[in-house]
Amino acid sequence: MTALQVVRAGPLTTVQDLGRRGVAHLGVPRAGALDEPALRAANRLVGNAPGAAGLETTLGGVALRATAAAVVAVTGAPAPVRVAGRPAAWGAPVGVPAGAVVEIGAATYGVRSYLAVAGGIAVPELLGSRSADLLSGLGPAPLAVGDLLPVGQAAGPYPPVDLVPLPAPPGELVLRLRLGPRADWFTAEAVAGLARSRYQVAEASNRIALRTEGPALARAREGELPSEGMVLGAVQVPPDGRPVVFLADHPTTGGYPVVGVVPGPDLAAAAQARPGTPIRFALLRA
Amino acid sequence: MRDGLALRPVGEDALLVEADCTERAESLYAHLLARRSELPEITEIVPAARTVLLDGIADRAALARQLADWQVSLHPPADGPLVEVPTAYDGADLPEVAALWDVSVEAAVRIHAAPEYRVAFCGFAPGFGYLTGLPARYEVPRRDTPRSSVPAGAVALAGPFTGVYPRSSPGGWQLLGRTTLALWDARREPAALLAPGVRVRFLPVRAPR
Repeated sequence: MTALQVVRAGPLTTVQDLGRRGVAHLGVPRAGALDEPALRAANRLVGNAPGAAGLETTLGGVALRATAAAVVAVTGAPAPVRVAGRPAAWGAPVGVPAGAVVEIGAATYGVRSYLAVAGGIAVPELLGSRSADLLSGLGPAPLAVGDLLPVGQAAGPYPPVDLVPLPAPPGELVLRLRLGPRADWFTAEAVAGLARSRYQVAEASNRIALRTEGPALARAREGELPSEGMVLGAVQVPPDGRPVVFLADHPTTGGYPVVGVVPGPDLAAAAQARPGTPIRFALLRA
Repeated sequence: MRDGLALRPVGEDALLVEADCTERAESLYAHLLARRSELPEITEIVPAARTVLLDGIADRAALARQLADWQVSLHPPADGPLVEVPTAYDGADLPEVAALWDVSVEAAVRIHAAPEYRVAFCGFAPGFGYLTGLPARYEVPRRDTPRSSVPAGAVALAGPFTGVYPRSSPGGWQLLGRTTLALWDARREPAALLAPGVRVRFLPVRAPR
């Protein structure tokens, strides 16, 4: 069986597919690629099903040796791609000869690049997914040097030509926000002001949440909210008043009020926004 | 909706159904599972302390119309499977909890082991169940300073809930004892022994040497 051996793991590289569904009631997060369109595009380029497992890198890339000839594609955050030391295409299927190293360099902008391999990463499924979930430690551990990642059987000839739209660099992150379910826990002025306030992506952001720095959102009522179910994109406001946007590894329940929810299509850009990126919330009325 | 239930839209395709108490939320969850086939497709049904979250709803407007006619009683069905949790009552906070209850340590163990509990909801970690069943007069606060590491299998208490830590993690609940029962094993079917609706009994045992 073909495998990819990890030569350089990068700062944080995980196996991701489209995540776990239907198990939130057991306390299991959904996980899955943070920039889902990028993983889907990479899979399409190598002829995989959209939900095949690939690799998600974080800022610093990854290097892998193919034990047999393989076809890979890199999408998401643009980064230099090399095969056997030679420059190769980003956003296109690339052949990797047996024994050669495919290398993704540091992202030139954005945060997370995706590598798909024809046949998909074939680590065992757990609760219907191969994704690493960093909140609860389910699924494969983040890559370490020497790991051998099995590659599945390729479905057939990969499409010779395809198109991967290059997203514009997120100079400013605009997140639409549909208010509720707990917008009434905040003052009307604070909620109205949310659209005018300027936030920045905080350093502490990770696969669990995009954390923000900026003005604190004033509460209209004190007290604690009993824990309730959380959705992807929920904007939870802890006692320090700074909005936290839940990403794929978010907890299934939480006890801080959710002022609104960012629609799924906006979260890919959130996953690619580096610390310090300005954020603006665009309010959608329910 | 009727009878102490309210609907709050969440994002584009989710609904939070809010109940006036944990018992009604549990009852609503049981109803939703029993009647799921009559409802539009729903990806996740997540019970919590006072709410049930319905996420990934195929037709939210249709579901809201259906739920508008529901009546949900206060008495959740008690026919979930029973899980017995052998527990060595030697937790670090047992003397403190006994003092809060104003009873001896032996009496505190009897009090905690007496009720049949029920998993109201899960969260915090895979397989962590929030168990209801302890009478309200025995509620205790969380610890002022959470422990950075609570051992796997710790049987603990906070507010109206009892729980068992499925794996080692930080935690602020009062530790009463421990069990060697594996509450969570992702490679087992079912992975979680404590799923919502499951009944639970704690069986006092001698501490393993």
